[in-house]
Amino acid sequence: MKTFELSRADDPGQAIAAGAKATTAQQGAEIRFIAGGTNLVDFMKLNVETPQTLVDITHLPFDKIEALPDGGLSIGAVVRNSDLAYHPVVRKNYAVLSEALLSGASVQLRNMATTAGNLLQRTRCMYFRDTAMPCNKRQPGSGCAAITGINRGLAILGTSEHCIASNPSDMNVAMAALEATIHIRGTKGERSMPIADFHLLPGSTPERETVLEPGDLITHVTLPPPAPGSRSLYLKLRDRTSFEFALASAAVVVTVAGGKITRARVALGGVGTKPWRSPEAEAELTGQSATPAVFQKAAAAALRDAKPQSQNGFKVELAKRCLAHALKLVTQTA
Amino acid sequence: MPTTEEIPMASPIGRDTPRIDGPLKVSGTAHYASDFHFPGLLYAVPVEATIANGRIRQLDTTAAEKMPGVRAILHRANIGKIFRSSLGEGMEGICIERRPPLVDDVIRYYGQYVALAVADTFEAAKAAADAVRVTYDKNKPNVESQLKADDDPPVVATTYGTEKRLQSERGDAEAAFASAPVKLDQTYATPSETHNPIELQGTTAMWDGAKLTIYEESQAIFNMRSVLAQMFGLPQENVRVITKFVGSGFGSKLWPWTHCPLAAAAARKLGKPVKLVLSRKMMFQSVGHRAHTQQRVRLGATPEGKLVSLQQDYAYERSMLDDYHENCGEATSFQYSVPNLRVHFGRAKRNIGSPSDMRGPGAVPGLYATESAMNELADQLKIDPVQLRVLNEPKIDEGLKIPFSSRHYLECLQVGAEKFGWSQRNPEVGSMKRDGLTLGWGMAGAAWVAARFAAAANVELRDDGTARVACGTQDIGTGTYTILAQLTADKTGVPVDKVEVVLGDTSLPEGPVSGGSMATGSVVPAVFDAADNAAKSLMTLATTTAGSPFEKNEPDDLAFESGRVFVKANGPAGGIPFADILRRANVRFVTGSGESKATFEKKKPKFSTHSFGCHFVEVTWQPEIARLRVNRVVTVIDAGRIINPLAGRNQIEGAVVMGIGMALLEHTTYDPQNGAPINSNLADYIVAVNADAPSIDVHFLGYPDKVINPVGARGIGEIGLAGVAAAITAATYHATGVRVRALPIKIEDLLTSSILA
Ligand SMILES: Cc1cc2nc3c(=O)[nH]c(=O)nc-3n(C[C@H](O)[C@H](O)[C@H](O)COP(=O)(O)OP(=O)(O)OC[C@H]3O[C@@H](n4cnc5c(N)ncnc54)[C@H](O)[C@@H]3O)c2cc1C
Ligand code: SF4
Repeated sequence: MKTFELSRADDPGQAIAAGAKATTAQQGAEIRFIAGGTNLVDFMKLNVETPQTLVDITHLPFDKIEALPDGGLSIGAVVRNSDLAYHPVVRKNYAVLSEALLSGASVQLRNMATTAGNLLQRTRCMYFRDTAMPCNKRQPGSGCAAITGINRGLAILGTSEHCIASNPSDMNVAMAALEATIHIRGTKGERSMPIADFHLLPGSTPERETVLEPGDLITHVTLPPPAPGSRSLYLKLRDRTSFEFALASAAVVVTVAGGKITRARVALGGVGTKPWRSPEAEAELTGQSATPAVFQKAAAAALRDAKPQSQNGFKVELAKRCLAHALKLVTQTA
Repeated sequence: MPTTEEIPMASPIGRDTPRIDGPLKVSGTAHYASDFHFPGLLYAVPVEATIANGRIRQLDTTAAEKMPGVRAILHRANIGKIFRSSLGEGMEGICIERRPPLVDDVIRYYGQYVALAVADTFEAAKAAADAVRVTYDKNKPNVESQLKADDDPPVVATTYGTEKRLQSERGDAEAAFASAPVKLDQTYATPSETHNPIELQGTTAMWDGAKLTIYEESQAIFNMRSVLAQMFGLPQENVRVITKFVGSGFGSKLWPWTHCPLAAAAARKLGKPVKLVLSRKMMFQSVGHRAHTQQRVRLGATPEGKLVSLQQDYAYERSMLDDYHENCGEATSFQYSVPNLRVHFGRAKRNIGSPSDMRGPGAVPGLYATESAMNELADQLKIDPVQLRVLNEPKIDEGLKIPFSSRHYLECLQVGAEKFGWSQRNPEVGSMKRDGLTLGWGMAGAAWVAARFAAAANVELRDDGTARVACGTQDIGTGTYTILAQLTADKTGVPVDKVEVVLGDTSLPEGPVSGGSMATGSVVPAVFDAADNAAKSLMTLATTTAGSPFEKNEPDDLAFESGRVFVKANGPAGGIPFADILRRANVRFVTGSGESKATFEKKKPKFSTHSFGCHFVEVTWQPEIARLRVNRVVTVIDAGRIINPLAGRNQIEGAVVMGIGMALLEHTTYDPQNGAPINSNLADYIVAVNADAPSIDVHFLGYPDKVINPVGARGIGEIGLAGVAAAITAATYHATGVRVRALPIKIEDLLTSSILA
């Protein structure tokens, strides 16, 4: 770990002004906001992140979960993952989000972790963590040790020849299926975008993971009102029963009416370089009856473009089973 | 047959006894080795090689030396002399990685220490270690997981002495196999596994002139003393090693690793106490691990299931310089009756840190292979796997041709089968269902050596009615403090909570290694002897103190029982509490020393001494999501008399959970490119967590083994792990039809199952 300065932001403007002095908000940022610190500090200890300045944003007034007039929900950037998971409205209207959060990490970590921190958590690729190894994400142009090395846990969707790192977040997958909107305040004012546009594919610039620019502060995330009659669910598959990242996961939000699926939102985790929304699966589901054959077609569609590496080919089949089973469970009449 | 009734009910031996050190631990007042602080303490952080094969070209310390708080960057040129240690008699001078740290510039494994940063704070030392620039001439490391045995002579040196590679042979195994009507020939592999005790290893070293004191979480303080004395050219009495508590070791803390002399050398150089605590990453690199093994097992049998031939050819990985022997043949030669047998091993050098003993070393991977082969043979013969074992029960240890001191393996199988409900098993793959899940039932047997190390102890009886027992052994979290209190209480009549137990210091009488599941069995006779001798001192005092009611008696007339001294002829009724005698004599305490000899590796033993056991396992299989979980385990253990069943069950349960890790999760993965154990943290190296722990029903048979010691207690630390993985792979096959012969069983293996609902 390198020596750094820690300051505390008492209002958003202060944080944004401080952050704006950095040359990048991506890999190599000299100034970082620190929220729960559960991801950032880990990487600082490994010298993967070497910020000179940390700005503590946990005192900013973004710690509320509030109902929106349209029936949706606003979630502050520094709301703790535990508080979000156990919020009564989240449990009632957005079960998939609560389940995704509770499937992640451990109680202690969830008590520290925040909404924005979770959105921005970085890959678990083991080479990204080891500064002695080549890694295009950590050190652009140095190569990708995972493609030629150990890649069992990494992505099969959205990869490039430069990087196959998976986005490890469970929360993000639920938010993708819920079509969340990310709200950002920066030097040029406020802007917002669907979560689908927030994370970037690695392409030839895997060091760029999001649209964030220096000074950009995530203030909150909003969820649209729950689709009438919809049910949602998160299913996470992994080697052990708890406290492990997903090998494959599925977030599904489905409405069934008159025996037909009238609306479906599907996102996959553990397999994509970003939270992986699957319009292909959604298209296969919409207008169809809720049957295993339809679920399997949807699963096949979601994985059609999968590009397995030397050790993670099994994820294609695993993700298919995960999605098909999640769809079965969510459409089962109670 | 001896029964468990021999020791009166009032005895604390055999009674569930909560840990006497429990309150200290839960209140954070137990001082582990790295919890000790000293005035002027400096902190050291090693610089780790980031290649696994090559040479240091240049080591640039300029920037690091100038950093704030830095006292020194130590390396080959300035660390000072560290000698090589060598193997001594018995439990002396044992060290797996013999090369003194920093002695040359050759890198043989990733994470090998190349320098040491020492500073006023841990943070400054870590920053300085990170700032040391090292360049290397790099060669491709050999971390190939396919093990082809190197060209080695028939007799090889190992960490513990020389070994014949043809470990055991009787009859003509090859010919008997060739002509056997039923044959099985399979190869099983176990991966490198990392011990991962939660307490990190570390050393705090300080010098007082020519005297060296070490605080270290050691499983063997006296061995550590002897190794350090050699490395620094000191008389043994000038080295003191202190280990008050150990946050578990699983074998990784048995023998000294290179960080220990590094800390001592830094303290010598800087004239201050130095503390060096490893990172979790280093725990994967430089303090040992369970060796990756590959074992070909060939069984020949009659159609009825009688074994006619057993061959085990195993190979294991070792480091470039060291000779650690992963003795997979440990239990092979005696576990079953077979006239023709051959056990042979080979080794393969790799660019890895040395493997070392890990809980149930040798036997655990070995029994995984041989018990798996037995299970496969049973399936092939369509014989129940329990029945196959019954059919091949030996009358004696056929390897050594001597009787077992106490073997109740068949009763283990019978009790286990009954408690589990094994008779309900339908052997057809995928045939058993419950609540929409497919069930798999499997079983396997277990064995682990039982013997004693040499031990000495001291017992004091004090004038306030309390007792003190001292022994230079260690409590590695298994309950040794409590066992010593129970033994002393049993002999002296002092209640367990009035016995002070002092362990973990080489200034105490020499105690046994906390390894091989032998600490408990070893201390029993020493403590008993010490207590008897303390009683003798007491009786002498009673007969020589003016005004004592026993003034007219000879010591031999007296007896000491349940804390009271009395005239034998009059019986215990007229006895006097020992504290009264001491107070009357104005003596604070009487003391007695005791010792017992080693039986481990005795040249001509009369009995074969082992513990036995078996596991019955239920897994559930959910093909829709390729999810396999261990749901229920019944374990029966024949480990002699259990001194503290509460702690004993705890040992077995923990071992079973570790077995789940071995079967389904754990695997230290070496990067093929630069040889790093790449999953070197607890998020990427997957061990079983609480949610993976199934219902575990532990049953002890409890037959005392008086060949081992007067209480009849053998050890229980390791036996619980042996066989678990074989039982789980068998249950997995039963549920899924997938036969996995390379651990751990992975989801990718299970996805090939044709049991789809
Ligand atoms: C052992 C372990 C296991 C885990 N297991 C799982 C798991 O199974 N599933 C899972 O989903 N997650 C898991 N996690 C990850 C965990 O969810 C994240 O560490 C956590 O969500 C990060 O949140 P934080 O608030 O601590 O982020 P921080 O570490 O504080 O910040 C992370 C990043 O976000 C930036 N940031 C934070 N807030 C803002 C903001 N408002 N605006 C702009 N930038 C911001 C920071 O600058 C930093 O770059 C695990 C973590 C650990 C350590
Ligand atoms: S997959 Fe991405 S993060 Fe991992 S080594 Fe390759 S470039 Fe780096």
